[in-house]
Amino acid sequence: MDKKPIISFKNFSFQYNAQKQPTLKNINLDIYPGEKILVCGASGSGKSTLGNCINGLIPFSFNGKIEGSLVVDGIETKNSSIFELSTRVGTVLQDPDRQFVGLTVAEDIAFALENDCVEQSELIRQTFLSAQTVNIQDHLNKAPFDLSGGQKQRVSMAGVLVDKVKILLFDEPLANLDPATGKSAIELIEKIKNDTDTTVLIIEHRIEDVMWERVDRIILMDEGIIVADMNPQQMLKSSLLRDYGIREPLYLTSLKYAGVDINGVRNIDNIRYLELSETDRSTVNRWFQEQDKPVRKNDNDYILEVDGLNFAYEGGHQVLFDVSFKIKKGEMLAIVGTNGAGKSTLCKVICNFEKASQGKIVFDHEDITEKTIRARAKHIGYVMQNPNQMISQTMIYDEVAMGLAHSGLSEDEIREKVFEMLKVCGLYEFRNWPISALSFGQKKRVTIASILVMGPQIIILDEPTAGQDYRHYTEIMEFLKSMNSRGITVIMITHDMHLMLEYTDRALVFSKGHLIADESSSAVLCDPELVREASLKETSLFNIAEMCGIDDPVEFVDCFIECEKKGRESDE
Amino acid sequence: MNKVLNYIPKDSFIHRLSGTTKLVIFLTFSILCGASFDTRVLIALFILSVIGFLLSKISLREIRVMTTFLAVFLTLNFILLFIFNPEYGCELYGSRTVVAHLWGRYYITLEQLFYQFNVVLKYVIGFPIAILFISTTNPSEFAASLNSIGIPYKASYSVSLALRYIPDIQKDYHEISQSQEARGVALGKDVRFTERIKNSIKILMPLVLTSLSRIDEISNSMQLRSFGKKKKRTWYVLKKMTAADYAMIVFCAVILIGGLIITNQGGNNLYNPFVR
Repeated sequence: MDKKPIISFKNFSFQYNAQKQPTLKNINLDIYPGEKILVCGASGSGKSTLGNCINGLIPFSFNGKIEGSLVVDGIETKNSSIFELSTRVGTVLQDPDRQFVGLTVAEDIAFALENDCVEQSELIRQTFLSAQTVNIQDHLNKAPFDLSGGQKQRVSMAGVLVDKVKILLFDEPLANLDPATGKSAIELIEKIKNDTDTTVLIIEHRIEDVMWERVDRIILMDEGIIVADMNPQQMLKSSLLRDYGIREPLYLTSLKYAGVDINGVRNIDNIRYLELSETDRSTVNRWFQEQDKPVRKNDNDYILEVDGLNFAYEGGHQVLFDVSFKIKKGEMLAIVGTNGAGKSTLCKVICNFEKASQGKIVFDHEDITEKTIRARAKHIGYVMQNPNQMISQTMIYDEVAMGLAHSGLSEDEIREKVFEMLKVCGLYEFRNWPISALSFGQKKRVTIASILVMGPQIIILDEPTAGQDYRHYTEIMEFLKSMNSRGITVIMITHDMHLMLEYTDRALVFSKGHLIADESSSAVLCDPELVREASLKETSLFNIAEMCGIDDPVEFVDCFIECEKKGRESDE
Repeated sequence: MNKVLNYIPKDSFIHRLSGTTKLVIFLTFSILCGASFDTRVLIALFILSVIGFLLSKISLREIRVMTTFLAVFLTLNFILLFIFNPEYGCELYGSRTVVAHLWGRYYITLEQLFYQFNVVLKYVIGFPIAILFISTTNPSEFAASLNSIGIPYKASYSVSLALRYIPDIQKDYHEISQSQEARGVALGKDVRFTERIKNSIKILMPLVLTSLSRIDEISNSMQLRSFGKKKKRTWYVLKKMTAADYAMIVFCAVILIGGLIITNQGGNNLYNPFVR
């Protein structure tokens, strides 16, 4: 390209003051006006740091040492200010709830203009225009708690677009959204990019979801350096993503399993435009015929039965409508649906964090509908999404031991139990560490350990893998699987369709407070009607099965999952 | 959510006034009410606050929690004032007119009754004005109006932020306390009071941790959108001052000055009906 780059890193390094090693090492990268770039990498690869250098949070909010040069839209960032940069780079952060500053939608969108002392009538006009770009103009007077996650994210986008920025930076935009909302977010980003002619950077490790729309380049980072910078086709045809702990698109993996020659496939970077030749299709079909069809069997007894459950908040807002289901001992089960469909509420009612207005809950043939939180907690453990909300001790040992304090066990017995639990969770060597020294994933494991130590037969986890990269995701999920094989029933609330496919036998699908499906996970994701109704996202494996004319896509998906499992076992 | 003190949107004369004006009214009443013990001034203020209340179209039912609280508080206050110092009114007014003897040192005197009547009057004026201000001012406008009377916007905005995030923190608290309860940290009514206090402290750590990370992200997000860039900022919600606003502000100035003059006529801030 002969144009001048809009972002240009030259021999750029950055080291946080608190770190011994630089987080970014000798980065050289040019991004040109109008490009759409996907930055991916495992946690700790430096991808978010790279973004923070561009928007000026580094070095103006996080202190550290910069070497080399970074020029953004003609200005050298280290000689600039966060304010000067913010009129050029608009940043949409991961959690839309936390960057919603105003008391209403309109105020939040207007925030940047207010700070820029724009006169009131102009302020109101521009706010409205910006709201129109993201189609939120009918909700201007709403407060944040009246909005869905997707709407909040659109408000965040409008809030940076008012500044007429040239560069839009998205830091893990999909992390807090349900699958269907995530898909429309990606579509909206594409629309904004085309309408406003901005340069777009998306930092995200869920690359299959981002690549639903066209991307110009993928930048792969690892340990502070750029290991690859190429167009999506080249990137997918290489094995780089897998090598650096990024999950490649499922359809791609399935084609590889089937032995299709990836290099010959056209538009391999987008499932919507993917073209499979006659030979490719028969290759896939042949592979499918050869597979042993997995049979799932579970003759166990029921451990949890929920019958006719209704729940309404004080004041009448009803969240759950006549929900009934049964769960068998030793199952691993997913609860899916949009934000606000009642998934978390259901789990809270099961634990008695919220009181059911009507209905019966039976645990192991015993009616527990009238039992207290504490009494139920002995059998049913609940792990919250954010580990910071659960941790109340400073030392790991104390945190895990806390739940046993009133159990009547002697101190020696408690110590024995805690040590055993810590060993199981791979935390034994850290037992005398302060919790603050742990990573997010390790903290998550501490909270799981602190629940499991109480010996529940059922453990319920709210988004166990949210915000985790593939490696940590696998670590946590394999750990839960091993717990499951010890006989503990695992129930997970999740937005992650991969997780649901790979690790759960069955899914309960919720929509607007109703249980609308109770089926095998692969069947749920191969049912376009159901997928739409529950705001899920159909798996690209289904698309491949359709393309190849396979008449039982569910079985095709099951075969793929079986292959994945074998692959993981041989890795160990 | 917290329903005790909140904005009740309506279309009334008071609601239409700008936040700045309402703040000025509130401050005028507070100053006069605090400075004056002159019964005539207090009665005049009382009548004005009743008129204001009627104009606002807010019904007593909508603020019944606060009204009940006020009634209980006043009754207690009335009794305690008498018990602790039954002769204070006599000292204050310099005379003693006994109506009845109760027991021991407790006499009912006209002076004490009059003094306590004045105290009650002050509360009866102060509370409704505060409630009126809070329930007719849009919370977003509140920060803008603080800023408009000269309080730096960084300080004013913290009020708005607090209003924005209090419901979130309440929700965090609720969730954290439940998950702690599941692990044996008892907070129910059947637990001893001291135990409950001790256990509440255990909830504080996760609450502080979550809130701190929240604050970090919010402040980053605010900086990224130019908060603090200039010495001033404009406000989306600030209402334009109308003729009614200016009239009200002039009116406030008049009653403030008038009230202070009347109050200080006798060389102190008392109105003394007992002087012959």
